[in-house]
Amino acid sequence: MSDIEQRVKKIVCEQLGANEADVKNASSFVDDLGADSLDTVELVMALEEEFDCEIPDEEAEKITTVQQAIDYVNANVK
Amino acid sequence: MLNQQVALVTGASRGIGAAIAVALGKQGAIVIGTATSTSGAEAITAALNAAGVNGIGMALDVTQPEQVDAVLKQIATQFGDVSILVNNAGITKDTLLMRMKDEDWDAVLNTNLKSVFRMSQAVLRPMMKARQGRIVNISSVVGHMGNAGQTNYAAAKAGMTGFTKSMAMEVGSRGITVNCVAPGFIETDMTAELPEEIKTKMLERIAIGRLGQVDEIAATVAFLASPAAAYITGETIHVNGGMYCA
Repeated sequence: MSDIEQRVKKIVCEQLGANEADVKNASSFVDDLGADSLDTVELVMALEEEFDCEIPDEEAEKITTVQQAIDYVNANVK
Repeated sequence: MLNQQVALVTGASRGIGAAIAVALGKQGAIVIGTATSTSGAEAITAALNAAGVNGIGMALDVTQPEQVDAVLKQIATQFGDVSILVNNAGITKDTLLMRMKDEDWDAVLNTNLKSVFRMSQAVLRPMMKARQGRIVNISSVVGHMGNAGQTNYAAAKAGMTGFTKSMAMEVGSRGITVNCVAPGFIETDMTAELPEEIKTKMLERIAIGRLGQVDEIAATVAFLASPAAAYITGETIHVNGGMYCA
């Protein structure tokens, strides 16, 4: 597991109160991990903080799974 | 009761805001009161000290986003994150609608309503993280019953009510409550400006038969800020002596 993948999963676990075992790359925040709309906003805010970046709203909307979050960070954060 | 929680009260140099700042401090909160001028901020510090309350005054114009950011940063560094916000800062520019200028409208809406959006948003992040927070917005009986000569003020205060209800729904699941306290006719500098005949007319409508005191508003705010009020949110508590029964 890459460092970024680990950090993303850790944040997802913390924010959504999910078990590490349930957080898979394909997991959807809403459908699989039970996030509500406020949870997803908080999650994006936590990612911004962790990776010291700003995720625009139109990009944030597209991040609905763990893998998408990892991909976003890989593509946009140095 | 508010053991070492950080409370931010806007417009705290006099009137209702000053009383709220002291009341929260007496419950054990660390209080930061704001005023638009440096001299106002100094007066707040002096008043808090005189009341034996832990806290200081800071200069803040709530219509200026960069000032809001700077003040919140300073508070976070010096005292910790704000867990109680009282949006009290407000102004009036009374005139009949026929004569109301754009500036009168904008000034009142910016200071009284947009500031509530800005301040509430600014304190929300740490509150969400802490799963705890209290926001109390000081509205007015005028926002509910209307008042000739105050279309701008009444619109801003009524807007605050809708904001409060909606925000309460958004953040309730995070242990954050958002409420309004709607004062009636309270003895302050703001109401002292009113013409005598309007005062007499208003007094006739007050069931309790007297003006309200700032401490009577402050006590209600202190209650809403306390752990005892954890199940009240999106609500407006009217404190008006029976002047208007909502």
